[in-house]
Amino acid sequence: MKSAVIVFPASNCDRDAATALEEMTGRKTEMVWHRESTLPDVDLVVLPGGFSYGDYLRCGAMANQSAVMKAVKAHAARGGAVLGICNGFQVLTESGLLPGALMRNAGLKFVCKPVTLRVEESQSAFTRKYEKGQSVTFPVAHGEGNYYADDETLNRLEGEGRVMFRYQDNPNGSARDIAGILNEKRNVLGLMPHPERVVDPITGGTDGRALFQSLIEALS
Amino acid sequence: MTKITAEQIREHGLSDEEYARIKTLLGRDANLVELGVFSVMWSEHCSYKSTRAHLKTLPTKAPWVIQGPGENAGVIDIGDGDACIFKMESHNHPSFIEPYQGAATGVGGIMRDVFTMGARPIAMMNALRFGEPEHPKTRHLVSGVVSGIGGYGNCMGVPTVGGEVNFHRSYNGNILVNAMCVGLARTDKIFLSAAKGAGNPVVYVGSKTGRDGIHGATMASAEFNEDSEEKRPTVQVGDPFTEKLLLEACLELMATDAIIAIQDMGAAGLTSSSAEMADKGGSGIELDLDKVPQREENMTAYEMLLSESQERMLAVLKPGREAEAEKIFRKWELDFAVIGVTTNTNRFIAKHKGEIVADIPVTSLSDEAPVYQRPFVQRAPAAGQPTYDKSRSVIESLTKLLGTPDMASRRWIWEQYDHSVMNDTVEAPGGDAAVVRVHGTKKALAITTDVSPRYCRPDPFEGGKQAVAEAWRNLTAVGATPLAVTDNLNYGNPQKPEIMWEIVAGIQGIGEACRALDFPVIGGNCSLYNETNGEGILPTPAIGGVGLLKDVSKLARAGFRRENDVIILIGETKGHLGQSIYLREIEGKEEGGAPPVDLATEKKHGDFVRGLIERGRVDTVHDLSDGGLLVAVAEMALKGNIGASIGQASLPDAIPFFFGEDQARYLIAAPFAEAEKIVAEARDAYIPVTELGKTGGDAVIVNDKDKVTLSKLRAAHEGWFPRFMRREEIPVTN
Repeated sequence: MKSAVIVFPASNCDRDAATALEEMTGRKTEMVWHRESTLPDVDLVVLPGGFSYGDYLRCGAMANQSAVMKAVKAHAARGGAVLGICNGFQVLTESGLLPGALMRNAGLKFVCKPVTLRVEESQSAFTRKYEKGQSVTFPVAHGEGNYYADDETLNRLEGEGRVMFRYQDNPNGSARDIAGILNEKRNVLGLMPHPERVVDPITGGTDGRALFQSLIEALS
Repeated sequence: MTKITAEQIREHGLSDEEYARIKTLLGRDANLVELGVFSVMWSEHCSYKSTRAHLKTLPTKAPWVIQGPGENAGVIDIGDGDACIFKMESHNHPSFIEPYQGAATGVGGIMRDVFTMGARPIAMMNALRFGEPEHPKTRHLVSGVVSGIGGYGNCMGVPTVGGEVNFHRSYNGNILVNAMCVGLARTDKIFLSAAKGAGNPVVYVGSKTGRDGIHGATMASAEFNEDSEEKRPTVQVGDPFTEKLLLEACLELMATDAIIAIQDMGAAGLTSSSAEMADKGGSGIELDLDKVPQREENMTAYEMLLSESQERMLAVLKPGREAEAEKIFRKWELDFAVIGVTTNTNRFIAKHKGEIVADIPVTSLSDEAPVYQRPFVQRAPAAGQPTYDKSRSVIESLTKLLGTPDMASRRWIWEQYDHSVMNDTVEAPGGDAAVVRVHGTKKALAITTDVSPRYCRPDPFEGGKQAVAEAWRNLTAVGATPLAVTDNLNYGNPQKPEIMWEIVAGIQGIGEACRALDFPVIGGNCSLYNETNGEGILPTPAIGGVGLLKDVSKLARAGFRRENDVIILIGETKGHLGQSIYLREIEGKEEGGAPPVDLATEKKHGDFVRGLIERGRVDTVHDLSDGGLLVAVAEMALKGNIGASIGQASLPDAIPFFFGEDQARYLIAAPFAEAEKIVAEARDAYIPVTELGKTGGDAVIVNDKDKVTLSKLRAAHEGWFPRFMRREEIPVTN
């Protein structure tokens, strides 16, 4: 699997994503600067965590206007896989690649802690190495991860099996405990928790490895 | 030129004698711009005029020290070509006036100190002191400081991995916000601030200059009174997004060899950065203020030279490399301007609109700044042993202590900090020391901040020793070899002889401990005048310590890992209750002397424990400090979610045995066979060792009879902070 990580000026999980990908795939990950208007030939594009352009405005709103996002949208439209983690998920909802929005946490505070998630679907390129219903622990680290969508959209997400991860103990007030969702074509995943931070037992666990293993199996 | 008035001299925080000295150095009267420049450079904050003579006595050298005090941060060698660069600095005065921005810019400032030397910041710590919980301002200050630290650090993507927090009424009008940054560089890529050579371009990079923070350094060198709220305009405003760009752009420029010297614009902004660079390089500097990127219109020379706008750096480049550097800063969308040149005149010259507005000999701003040997007077030592009620229940006191403001879990704070970004955090907040892996290696750095201000008031010397010893012990308890410290000395008004004594004795205590423990001071910061309406803070010399674990897989943690482990106490328990948490929280007394620290014993016990960890023989260790033995057992039980049953040894009375705060002690938990060997080895080495009991169950049991469940302890320990912040109850004080 060939992969690229998009680098906005204040991305700060870009190195973490690249390190995890390189460890899992054994291949170099391409780092793509936000001003680029084309992507290298890759199977997976990762929108990493961070603060893209400072996010003083709504998170991800400015990132959506960047040159590179046009290329990411084209990649997704061609069926290419896109993984948005944390700020990446916020950028995906801002860009319309995923429905809904991420609002300020219900507790109004940034929250960083390990959370237990239920894997709701194993039928996807991102989750096929997990068991449906399996519990996994990933850390969250965000101030605006409160997922919102109207009931019709939420019902549709549930009905189409596009809610991929659900919080067991909701840290941010997200509607229906939603932590991660898939787009209709099932090639774009956005989630607030950080799978790339759980690939090494010494730094907190290995529950994120199966997500990358799923992608490697599906895309190689 | 209008003559400087006595009123202007006073407004600039200078004495008449100091102004007379300025006139002698200039050979004429100063103009207003020059007066401003002198006032910030000679402020306590920038010149260390009250402490410099004493700071010189601190040990600063060791074979592994690459750079000691005097640069933006200290540097140590951690092997394999890797260098660790770190420093702690206060942002006390601004944080009291505007807690969010004060704390945020404190974080930003200390990060710049570290990355200006070529390091990528990899961890942040902070040592915070607030007033008593029931003081009407405390919640607001806690909430603002914590969000400010998080708001800045989280955006930068540098994990905030630990720290310490105390509450005490002496901080009601002067909170302390001490931020520490630890970074990594290669030993052959370290950047210093000496602007050597003439004719080299001086470049300004980062944010534009505004009118914010003018005279921040002067404000930080004065006491507060009722009017201090009016000083809000002197607090700077932080922009972590720009800082992130500045970090990446600086590291990109540093990968080239275009830089001669670089320094961040912190306190006293453009003035101190340019004057200090010229001073260290033995050169002169000429600035053209018309070239300074400005955020506001019609800024005067005075304002530009004294602005403390954030996220700015000054660099001296090799001639002809300007275009290459500019390209990097433009890529990151930052301002870049050549604003001056180095000279061989040894003069600090600023021009504005074609006129020279300041012309000052460089050394008059540094070496010739005043140094004071302020008089000091020792306060009478605490007399006698404090009394206590022997009939109180040990187990009830334990439960109560775990839920007091100083002992309760800090989870409410650290869950607001991203502590796992960068993917190298091995021990998150809540352990003895934070542990962060050196990226891509099996090495790790252990980091801690420590001081027990309640010991420093009755005995500043022992208190200074204890702060260093506790930092050393915390690093040792995770298995790290302690390497060096940064000190952040927070005190009251040095012009009062008793306060000056606290400072002098504190520095002596720190020096003695650092020498005995081979733990040199490689940088630091002094914050004096922490007084409001004449009331000073407890002396608070915060120590930031860094140690190295060669193999992170051997790391010891504080939480119990297995049932039926034997719990072993290393060190002697004499039952010192003076100034203990127990005495203050249970008996309502702040009495007695500080616990004495025997440094030879400290070293012997610590080396023994570290040796066991390094050889992979023990993996569960906790140091004993605030609250004493039983609190430490309870913390280990809560962290591991495994109970313990322990019995009293030695002393006749239970209370001093379980809650005394004797130093040089550790708890170890190990399986039976290993524990027997450890006890025998300790005895052979003449190290006091006691088998206290064993792990297991879901409660802490004392002397086979008194018992409290972990869930009850956890509720007390975890409950206080969130309840306090939600205003659910006004905490009880004695």
